[in-house]
Amino acid sequence: MGIIMKTYTYTEKKDTRSGFGAGLAELGRTNPNVVALCADLIGSLKMDEFIKENPERFFQIGIAEANMMGIAAGLTIGGKIPFTGTFANFSTGRVYDQIRQSIAYSGKNVKICASHAGLTLGEDGATHQILEDIGLMKMLPGMVVINPCDYNQTKAATIAIADYDGPVYLRFGRPSVPIFTPADQKFEIGKAIKFTEGTDVTIVATGHLVWEALEASKALQEAGISAEVINIHTIKPLDDKAILDSVAKTRCIVTAEEHNHLGGLGESVARVLAQHNPTPQEFVATNDTFGESGTPAQLMDKYGLNSDAIQNAVKKVLKRK
Amino acid sequence: MPNIKELTDLTTQVRRDIIRMVHKVNSGHPGGSLGCAEFFVSLYQELMERKDGFDMDGIGEDLFFLSNGHISPVYYSVLARSGYFPVEELNTFRLINSRLQGHPTTHEGLPGIRIASGSLGQGMSVALGAAQAKKLNNDDHLVYSLHGDGELQEGQNWEAIMYASAKKVDNLISTIDLNQQQIDGSTDDVLPMGSLRAKFEAFGWTVLDIEKGNDIEAILEGMKDAKSLTGKGKPVCVLLHTVMGNGVDFMMHTHAWHGKAPNDEQLKEGLSQNPETLGDY
Ligand SMILES: Cc1ncc(C[n+]2csc(CCOP(=O)(O)OP(=O)(O)O)c2C)c(N)n1
Ligand SMILES: [Mg+2]
Repeated sequence: MGIIMKTYTYTEKKDTRSGFGAGLAELGRTNPNVVALCADLIGSLKMDEFIKENPERFFQIGIAEANMMGIAAGLTIGGKIPFTGTFANFSTGRVYDQIRQSIAYSGKNVKICASHAGLTLGEDGATHQILEDIGLMKMLPGMVVINPCDYNQTKAATIAIADYDGPVYLRFGRPSVPIFTPADQKFEIGKAIKFTEGTDVTIVATGHLVWEALEASKALQEAGISAEVINIHTIKPLDDKAILDSVAKTRCIVTAEEHNHLGGLGESVARVLAQHNPTPQEFVATNDTFGESGTPAQLMDKYGLNSDAIQNAVKKVLKRK
Repeated sequence: MPNIKELTDLTTQVRRDIIRMVHKVNSGHPGGSLGCAEFFVSLYQELMERKDGFDMDGIGEDLFFLSNGHISPVYYSVLARSGYFPVEELNTFRLINSRLQGHPTTHEGLPGIRIASGSLGQGMSVALGAAQAKKLNNDDHLVYSLHGDGELQEGQNWEAIMYASAKKVDNLISTIDLNQQQIDGSTDDVLPMGSLRAKFEAFGWTVLDIEKGNDIEAILEGMKDAKSLTGKGKPVCVLLHTVMGNGVDFMMHTHAWHGKAPNDEQLKEGLSQNPETLGDY
C-alpha cells in the first residue's frame, strides 16, 4: 500500500514583496487609518500603488530608518496604523533600540514590514542578507513575528495585521517563488496550516522554505516516507498545539527556515518540545554564518536551505526516533 | 607633475570595467560608480601616499574608507588597477565564492579593504576611529573617506560630524559625492538637505567645493587644497559635485541607473562611448 498524499502545484511565480504591495494597496482603499512610511526604497518594497492612490498618507523619510521607526511610533498617537517599509536588515538590526523602546516597550501599533529577508536577495551579499532578524524580533516582548510563504499568503497577512492591535514584524523576500496558497485565504495570526497529513515525520517550515518542504515531501513519498508538512507563518505567537499534536503522531520533526539556526523558528519549536514532549529534531537553517553574493538558488544550495537539504534532514531524524 | 593623459585613459578603462562588471551579473550599481571614477583614479594614483602591498593597520600610509559601499564596482576596478589584486578577478564580481562581494568586505580578505560597508551611514565613524589611531601612533598620514549625498540622511553621520570637530580630528578629509541623486529620485525630491556647506560649517568643519567633480585636474587641485587645510585643528569636508552615470550618456543625470545593470545593447553602446585604453580584464 502506497501512501496517498496531497501534492501541491503552481501555475505562477511571484515575489512575496509584491504580495505586501498588493495588500497595502488594498488597505489604502479599505482602512483610512493606514499610513505608510518608506526610507528611500519605494520600488523595492512595491509601495507605488498605495502611494499613487493615497499620497497624503505616505511619508518618504529619506535614508533614515531610526527616524522612520520613531515617526511611526508617533503616528500611532492619534490613531494611525503605520506600515514601515525597508529591507529586513534595516528594519531590525539597524533600528533595534528604536523599536524596542518607542514601539515594543511603549506598546505601539506599528507594522514593521521587511523585504529582502534572508539569503535570497542574492547578489547584494551579506551586508544586506540578514539571517538574525527573526531572533531579534521574537525576543522583544509583545512583538508578533510573521514570515509568510508565498504571494497570496503575504497579501493576506498584510491585510490581517492591520486589524490586530499591537506591534508586528512582517518578513518577506525578493525572489519570485511559486504561488501555491489560495488567493481568497483568510489569514489567522498564530494559526499553523497543515498542508499534508503524514505519519513518519513532521516538517515545520516558514517563509520560502515551505515550498521546498512540499517538494521534499513529494520526493520522500516516493521513497515511502510519509511527511506531515506544517506551515508556521507566525513564529510568535507559536502554534504550540499544532506542533505537539503532529509530533505525538510522528515522533520526530524537521524545522526549516531561511535564517540562522540560532534564534530562529527551530529554536522556538525546540523549546516547546523540550518542555512538553522531548522529540528528535533536525534543523534546516544556516549554521551561525553570514551570507554572501550569489544567485538565490546557488546560495540556498550552498547553505543547505532547499528540498534536498530537507530530505537529508528527514532521513537523519528518522534514524534518531 | 601628474600625467593627465594617463589618468584620463585609466578612468576610461575603469568606466569600461564598471559597466562590464554589472552587466555580467545583471546587478550592481553603475550610476554612483561612474560618477566617482575620476575621484578614485585621482585618489589612488596621485593623492594618497600608499605603501606597496597591503596590511590592515596601514601604518605609515594614507587610508581610504568607502562608506557608500554600493559603489563597489569603481572601488574594485581602481584597487585592481592600482595593484591590490589581479585585474582578472574583476570577472568574479558578485559571483558565489568570490572575494568581490556585492558590497566591499574584509570577510573574504580582499586586499585594499579595511572595513565592510553597504549598510549606509557607518563609514565616517570608522574613518574617525582610524584617524584617531593614527594620532595615537604618531603617524602623520591622512585618512580619506567617501560618502553618498543621500547617505548623509542617516543620523549617524551627524553624530560623527559633531564628534570630528569637537575632538579636532584634523587628519581626516571626508568627501561627499554630491550627485544630487539617490534611489527614489533626486535628493531634493526625497528629502531636501539644504546647504551641506552651511551644515558642515555649522558643525565646525572646513568645507571646500570641487565644482567640476568629473574633471581630473579640478579634482587634483581641489584635493591638494584640502590636504593643505589638514592639521589645522578642524576636519575637512570636500563637496564633490559629480554627475551620476558620468561618461555613459544615457546613464547621466538620473537616479534611474543608481542600481540597474545595462542590457547587451546598452553595454555595447556604453563601451563604444569609452574605447579600450589599458586593456579589458
Ligand atoms: C542603512 C541603509 N538603508 C538603505 C539602504 C539602501 N540603499 C542603498 S544605496 C541607497 C541610496 C543612496 O543614495 P546616495 O548615497 O546618494 O548614493 P547614490 O545613489 O548617489 O550612489 C539606498 C537607500 C542601504 N544600503 N543602507
Ligand atoms: Mg547620491
